[in-house]
Amino acid sequence: MRTLLILLLLSGPGLLAQTSQPQAQEGFVPVDQLPDQEQLPATPLVAAAYGVAWGVVFTYIWFLWRRLGRVERDLAEVARRMKSGAGQ
Amino acid sequence: MSFLRTVAVVMRKDLVVETRSMEVVYTSALFAVLCVLVFAFGFVQDGRADSAAAAAILWIAIAFAGTLALARVFDRERQNETLRAMLLAPVPRPALYVGKLAGVLTLLLVVEALVVPLVALWFQAALFRHAALMAGLILAGSTGYAAVGTLFAAMLARSRSRASLLPLLLYPITIPVIIAGVRGTAALLQPDADLPVARAWLMMLVSFDAVFITLSLWLFEPTMTE
Amino acid sequence: MKRLFPLLVVLCIAMFAYAPFLIVNAPYESTMGLVQKIFYFHVPAALTMFLSAFVASIAAAVFLFGRKPGADRIAVSAAELTVLFGLVVLITGPLWARKAWGVWWQWDARLTSTLVMWLVFQSYLLLRRYGGPGSDKLSAAVAVFGGALVPFVYWSVNMWRTVHPTTSVVPTLDASMRGPFYFCLLAFFLLYALLLAARTMLEAHRARLEALYLGLED
Repeated sequence: MRTLLILLLLSGPGLLAQTSQPQAQEGFVPVDQLPDQEQLPATPLVAAAYGVAWGVVFTYIWFLWRRLGRVERDLAEVARRMKSGAGQ
Repeated sequence: MSFLRTVAVVMRKDLVVETRSMEVVYTSALFAVLCVLVFAFGFVQDGRADSAAAAAILWIAIAFAGTLALARVFDRERQNETLRAMLLAPVPRPALYVGKLAGVLTLLLVVEALVVPLVALWFQAALFRHAALMAGLILAGSTGYAAVGTLFAAMLARSRSRASLLPLLLYPITIPVIIAGVRGTAALLQPDADLPVARAWLMMLVSFDAVFITLSLWLFEPTMTE
Repeated sequence: MKRLFPLLVVLCIAMFAYAPFLIVNAPYESTMGLVQKIFYFHVPAALTMFLSAFVASIAAAVFLFGRKPGADRIAVSAAELTVLFGLVVLITGPLWARKAWGVWWQWDARLTSTLVMWLVFQSYLLLRRYGGPGSDKLSAAVAVFGGALVPFVYWSVNMWRTVHPTTSVVPTLDASMRGPFYFCLLAFFLLYALLLAARTMLEAHRARLEALYLGLED
């Protein structure tokens, strides 16, 4: 019983302190409670935007290049076959 | 044959075939009811859905059921080679389009006559509080949807993968109709109905209809010639 | 034209290589800060996308009513490029919005109409690819509808809500930002013209190859 009392006495101020803590902080807003967009660093977003823009365009150019190369090869192949066909 | 007579003949043909089998009305109405049921589970809380959800669900059900009806109507034309026969007939092509549109629209309105009361009942939505305005929204929305749908379903009738392509073409193009329909209905279903807003959306739907029908009439001729 | 093409390619590469320096040196926008720099690529890509959609619609209409296969080749190429630039727009936009608005996406008029237009041209390409015979005319109708549709989507969502910076942003731009912006715009238009020319050439080669194969079989 006595230990319980002592515990209560000891923990009392602690509990009080805990409950009063948010009040003490009312003057400022902690970093992790800021509105979302204000704490967001802009650099990764800008980097991602430019990365994506470049990446998409370059990938397309690469595919276009390959498709063009294949069609031109096929065209040359058909032209060769036609020539040899005509020669026979 | 004159323009109006062709329209009447084509429309009558569709409706006669349909009244004999009832296939399109029956399947699309059941499908619309199932759509409402499936979407209801996502929106109902404490046994009641908010009015915006009811408006959205109603229009989604109309759009989905409309796709099913369009696909079936033109499948039937294809199976019997009647589309080719109609195109060979010496009648104005735009009249064929208008006739098909009138037929499809009639079927769609029959389906809606079943679905709208059901949504009103299940969602306790005040769909009949301003019945005339509501009917106007439904009629104008269905007309716009069917106008685009008839054109694309007719063009796709000859295509291999029409079942999967029809919704892909139809939904992005009919987005303005769906937006106007949903917003207009939602304005009517609010606790205190916003009549001017609903009327503005109705006017917008009517102007969409005018544009969609003009464009479709214009495009039907060159796209349907072999 | 053949001799001009490599020259323009070199010019285009030089412009895109120089653009980052201009963008870095451009002044910071007072309220948005660094993230505003996305604007220099985002807006030109968007304008290029709308230009491309316009080109595709016109070419499709010319193909449908004038029966010119050349117009169809331009329409396919422009439709593909619309989807490409649309992808750039739709990815860079949310990255900017995350910082400026705090959300990735807003259902406002400009965003929605861009997305709908992108989807319409996406369905154009799908139809082209999987539609089978006769899909060239069908997809041309889709492109015509797609081009005509955009103002209406814009109008309908605008009546509902709008948060996107309006078109009046560009003319009222600070002079020091206007330079880099128009430079980027010019670079994008040049890139677009080059890609369109190359893609149309690919389509023309394909048509020739097909004709040759048919000739061989006979």
